[in-house]
Parts: sequence; C-alpha cells; structure tokens
Amino acid sequence: MSAASAHLEQLPRSLQFTLGLGAVALAAFPFIGVDGQDYYIQMLSQMMILAIFAMSLDLLQGVTGLVSLGHAAFFGLAGYALAFITPDTGPVSLWWSLPLAAAGAGLAALVIGFFVVRTHGIYFIMVTMAFAQMIFYLFFDNKSLGGSDGIYVNFKPSTAIAGLTGGAELFDLENKVTFFYFTFVVLLLVYGFLRRVLFSPFGRTLAGIRVNEHRMRAMGYGTMWYKLTAFTLAGALAGVAGYLWAAQTGFVNPELLGFHLSAHAIMMVILGGMGNFAGAIVGAFAFEYLMHVFKDVTKHWQLLMGSFIVLVVILAPRGLLGLGQSLLNRMGNRAATAPAGAEERKQHV
Amino acid sequence: MSDAVLLRAEGVTKRFGGLAAVNNVSLTLQRNHLHAVIGPNGAGKSTLTNLLSGDLPPTEGRITLGDRDVTGHTPEAISRWGLGRSYQKTNIFLPFTVWENVRLAAQSRTPHAARWLSRAGQLRDINERAERAIELAGLTSRTRFVASAISHGEQRQLEIAMTLATAPQVLLLDEPLAGMGHAEAERMVELLLAIKKDHAMMLVEHDMDAVFALADRLTVMVNGQVIASGTPEAIRADAGVQAAYLGEEA
Repeated sequence: MSAASAHLEQLPRSLQFTLGLGAVALAAFPFIGVDGQDYYIQMLSQMMILAIFAMSLDLLQGVTGLVSLGHAAFFGLAGYALAFITPDTGPVSLWWSLPLAAAGAGLAALVIGFFVVRTHGIYFIMVTMAFAQMIFYLFFDNKSLGGSDGIYVNFKPSTAIAGLTGGAELFDLENKVTFFYFTFVVLLLVYGFLRRVLFSPFGRTLAGIRVNEHRMRAMGYGTMWYKLTAFTLAGALAGVAGYLWAAQTGFVNPELLGFHLSAHAIMMVILGGMGNFAGAIVGAFAFEYLMHVFKDVTKHWQLLMGSFIVLVVILAPRGLLGLGQSLLNRMGNRAATAPAGAEERKQHV
Repeated sequence: MSDAVLLRAEGVTKRFGGLAAVNNVSLTLQRNHLHAVIGPNGAGKSTLTNLLSGDLPPTEGRITLGDRDVTGHTPEAISRWGLGRSYQKTNIFLPFTVWENVRLAAQSRTPHAARWLSRAGQLRDINERAERAIELAGLTSRTRFVASAISHGEQRQLEIAMTLATAPQVLLLDEPLAGMGHAEAERMVELLLAIKKDHAMMLVEHDMDAVFALADRLTVMVNGQVIASGTPEAIRADAGVQAAYLGEEA
C-alpha cells in the first residue's frame, strides 16, 4: 500500500460534507434535551479535548512518520502547569495561563526533542517513552508535585479582561455548556491551523521526511531541525489539550503524563486514520465512545478495545475515515455520480 | 562562462575496517565538463560518490566545493552549497506525484521552506523552477502522475529533474542509465549533453557508448584505486585499462 492511499490528505467533498454534518450535530447537542444532559456535555467536552490531543500527535505520527510513545508527557505537564499557577484563593486568567501552559509544554518538547529527533524508528519510540516515564515518576514520587494523589484545580480559569469587561467574565467557564463551546472553538481553531500547516511548505517538508528522509537531506533539507520544530509544535498543542483537561476535570494526577494515555492517543490516530487530522478527531471520539460502551460490558474493556482495533487495522487500514470514504464512494457510484470514486482510483494507481 | 574547477577531491580514502573501498583518489570537476568514472563492479565508484556528496565521511583526504572545504560536512549542508546528486538505486518519493517530487526539491532552495501558513503550491518562483526542471528532463506529460506509476526510465529522468530543481553547480550522477532501454538511454544522453554547459558533472556509468559520447575526461577505478585518468582517447589507448576493464567487453 502506498503512503498516499494511507493518507487522505485531501478530503473528498462527500467526506468533508459528512464531517461538517457531524460538527453541526456536535454544536447542536446542548440544545437537545436528553436525560443526564450535563453528564453527556462533560463527556463530549472531554472527547473534544482528547481529539485536540490526538491531532497534535498526528502531526508527528501521521504527517512526519514519528511514532511517539511519550506524547502524554506534554499533555500532563500543561495540566500540572494550570494546577500550579491556579492560586487557592481564586481563578487565574485564561488569557495568559493558557499560552503559558502551552509554551511550557512546547519548551519541554523542545528540550526532549533535541535528544529524540536524532534517533530513528524503534529507537525513537523507546526514547520518547523513556523520557515520558522519567517525567511520570518525577511527579508520581514527589510529594511536593502532588505525588500519586495529584492536585485539585479549584477554579476554572477566568476570562475577564481588565479594562474591557470591568472585572466581569467575558464568558463563564464554570458553566458546563460555555466550557463545551469554548472547547469546540479551540478544536476548530487547532484543526484549521493544522490543516493549513499540512499544505504549507513546512507541512510538505514533514510529509517528505515521512516518505524518504534520506532524499530530503540530499536535497538540502536539515531534516533534524524540521523534526524538532514539529515535535515542539506538537508538544505545545498537546499542552493546549492538557490545560483544557485540567480545567475541565478540575484535577490532575500522574496518569495524565502516563504511558496509557500516550498509547491511547496512538490508537486514536490509527483508529480514525492518519495524516489528515480529521481522522484523529474521528478516532478520539470513536475510541472514547467505545471505551464507555465496553466498560459497561466488562471491566476488562481493553480486551474488547484491542480486538476492535485489530479488526479495524485489518479490515480498514486507512482507519474509520478511510472506511467512511469507501462507503460514501459506493453510495455515490450507485447514484452514478463518480467524482469521489474517480479520485480514489487515482490514488490507488 | 568560465570552465572553473568547482569540485576538487584530494587523496580521498574510505576504509571500512581493513578494506579500503576508496583508496587515495584525487579528481577535479570543471564547469562545462563531464568527468566519467568507470570501473568494474565493486571498484568503489558509488562509495566515491557518497564521499563527495557527504553521505559518507571520508577516512582521509580533502574535498573542496568552490572555495569551501566540505570534508565531513552533512549531505544537507553540501547540497545547499551547490552539489546535487542522483542515486544508482532510484531514490524518489514514490507515493507523491512527479510534480510534488520536483516541487519539494525546488522548495529546498528558498527561505520559504520554513514557512507554516503559506500555501506550498502557490509559491510562484518555486513552481516556475519546478516546471523548468520537469520540462528540461522531458517529463512534462507526466507531471500529474504518481511517481510509482511511471516507467523505470521516467523514474530515472525524475531523479535528474529533482536534482536539477535544487539548482546545483556540481552534479554527481550515479548510473543514470541503469536499467534503461536503448531509446530511453539515448534520450538521457541528450539530456545530459544539454545540461553539461552549465554544470560541472561527474558521471558513474557502465554504458560505454554513453560514456564516450559524453565524457571530456575519464577516470578508471579498480579495487578502490585510480588506475588511469585522462582524455577518452588516452584511456582508450591505455593498455592497462584494456586489460583491467575495457578489454572484457571487447
């Protein structure tokens, strides 16, 4: 299978339309009255946060071809950053604490990246995991960093802007629906930004590194620096997600830095389909949803999840997004409008 | 245009353990000249190419590109300083279109390469450069094809187009004719003649018809060592070369 067919970089119109419908449905959800509305709104907010996290990993995994098994470190670090800078007496301003937490995660990624981008393949996976485990145990074993119990974040960040809102909140993140929409907007912004990056000269360079790093170097690209930049950017965006997670749940613990979350993110990206960011979103939602379903069935939910992912990888190597595209094509072909189908055939050439 | 010496290798040696794959080789590449390196398999021609391009660091010796000592520098730095190479084994971006292969090569030469938010496909000078390279290599009709879908000969032409798109002054071509049919090979020879006047070129090649049609100077390597170097006429007349290499074909 060629890498182009594995990466639906250009989303066919039919798929764009379907994803757009999904986004509209998501945005409309708070208006639909269902039992346990609050619970579902929080659950969807968390899914969106994990979708941002999965997209940040996709920049490395799907676009650049770097499989990081330590990406949760940057997610967790930014969450801890919010926990540490939120005073016991009141909220901290969103407007500087979010950029600070993301920059902190980015800085950590820059430092760790400086070492890991020199390695390739299996060594890259191992070294990213080793760094993340170091950070995990630093927090886990250190009482002053919250230890294994973690830390509470007692106040959601404040959105007041001095001199503009006169001390009042611009929008109230303590309100679950407001937080839901705030997360939704951040998700759209991160998606739009990463899609833009994907087709920028920088993004094309990263794709070139994935396909043939040796040739990129022979053509004059200092691939190490491009990989380091991607690693740093991915770390900062993972930080945005981790910050939101800490604010949403009001709690951070070492699990947010841990191996399991890193592995889940990899599975989300594979499940949804790599290298186009839309797949990462679909994968995050699907993974979280299935996890809830499987947890209701058995406490050994990992067994079911593992089987499901194996099935998807075998039956739909391009992930749920690729599967969706094939189904839409078949429907489209039946309706004798074949532009999307023609596109797929071209990719398989 | 002056025929200045653009690349100079002095006493270049590469040892792998006890084996000297390239042993004390010196050569110069001049603009508007093609210097062919020939020799039997295992003579060290490809290793020599890898030493000059920075893919391998030499054990001994000195390599200068223009006025710059490039010995031991990375391939990406040497590429940016004006050396382009093609590979014996086709080394392209198979899943990408011909256009994207060459466009990526052209993009490497601009400061835009680090930009995040502009549209890669809309950088005009890069697009023009890529278009010229594709046209020069005779691939215009294949521009929109995925690189894995074109013929072997066309993939070899694509190699050259990508190398040209980085606007090198020095070109190292490692068996560009390998595996080509007769007609394809003839086209490639014409292409190489056309680009010779702007470049200093080194050609590693087994096709002797092509070598003698193109070369201004020949270096013969056997077992990592240069056994003869001179004009094509002198090499043809050299008894030692006849015995070691050319004679096998006659």
